Amino acid sequence: MLTKRIIPCLDIKDGRTVKGVNFVNIRDAGDPVELGASYASQGADELVFLDIAATTENRKTFATLVREIARHVNIPFTVGGGISSVADVAPLLEAGADKVSINSAAVRNPQLIDELVKAFGSQFVVLAIDARKLINQWIVHTHGGSKPTDKKLFSWAREGQERGAGEILFTSMDHDGTRQGFATDPLAKLNELLQIPVIASGGAGTKEHFLHAFTLGKADAALAASLFHFGELSVPDLKSYLKNYNIPVRT
Amino acid sequence: MISVIKYNAGNIRSVAFALERLDVPFIITDNAEEIRKADKVIFPGVGEASTTMRYLKDKKLDLVIKDLKQPVLGICLGMQLLCTYSEENDTPCIGIFDQTVKRFQPRNNEKVPHMGWNSLTPTQSWIPDSLSGAFVYFVHSYYVPANAATAAITDYTLPFSAALKKDNFYAVQFHPEKSAKAGEKILTSFLNQH
Repeated sequence: MLTKRIIPCLDIKDGRTVKGVNFVNIRDAGDPVELGASYASQGADELVFLDIAATTENRKTFATLVREIARHVNIPFTVGGGISSVADVAPLLEAGADKVSINSAAVRNPQLIDELVKAFGSQFVVLAIDARKLINQWIVHTHGGSKPTDKKLFSWAREGQERGAGEILFTSMDHDGTRQGFATDPLAKLNELLQIPVIASGGAGTKEHFLHAFTLGKADAALAASLFHFGELSVPDLKSYLKNYNIPVRT
Repeated sequence: MISVIKYNAGNIRSVAFALERLDVPFIITDNAEEIRKADKVIFPGVGEASTTMRYLKDKKLDLVIKDLKQPVLGICLGMQLLCTYSEENDTPCIGIFDQTVKRFQPRNNEKVPHMGWNSLTPTQSWIPDSLSGAFVYFVHSYYVPANAATAAITDYTLPFSAALKKDNFYAVQFHPEKSAKAGEKILTSFLNQH
């Protein structure tokens, strides 16, 4: 049986792991290669590495880091941050990344999704969507959730699927950093609407929140960062909890 | 020496790192002679069938692969291209396994691609019995039906071939290079075949 995936997310700045609380405050949580390999050995199903301070200058440094991650991590991983062209992606894939996530650049230029899919295949392309609920509408935001756009979550997710994205990574900016649980209502709606997998992100604070992401939110995977990094919740503990509630997980 | 066939497949680097982690010496090559004289050959693959077959044909690698006599391991698209034909853009393939590669048809709103960790039921000895129920990582929209050459079964919309074996040809639909310890055991099992 296909299992639900647990995905620790590592935000990277200057080669180190950090986590923004509501994307503003940043604390240091260690070496990304070591942390990644440790999550893999604990039973994490996938990893996401986001270069949160991506610039043209540090792109090479990030590719070098991606290569080290690929060398030491024996599970799939996605990389993202500041990707805006096919040329940005090629060195990351060459370095051994399994997927790339794109966000703001796809909102600016939706054609980017088609181009990446054509060049590398659907399975490489994760469309990350940050959204916030404004007057009863889920509005897509860019630039770490700070800039509202004219796009709405559900139509943008569907457009992403039609353009060939292989997965949707949905972060509720209203929930991110709050530790009050994932946004299960829009998640459930996304999962009804889409034929591609949906990853829940933003708001994980307890094991129960993951359970709800899968039962109420019908998500295929759930992602969290600081909760794992600071040892408040371990992947094996989370998985044995989920298993007790009959959620299919890899143990 | 192991030769990993170099072509436009997306997962060559990952396969190379997995072999490195197992301390196995290998080369990555598209040179026919280096492929023919290798002890074992790994044929990786991520991508689209017709584009990839065209690339292999341009380099005459399809014929090189077909005539190999040593153990050969096809991975993911590599496995599908070892079949006779793929429904993915109506592509005639290399033709080791007499099978048509089909697209998943959801029965209960299952998502396509089949993406994530799913369990194995070994049916031939090269997939060790100790891996019965073990989880491995899949990403694919097309599958090889269960058949006489099936070496392990996985269930998604229907029971399909997670692994194959015929003569010196071995193949896996999942990604052993990304399947943690279970994947390492399967790579090791292949590397121990003669």
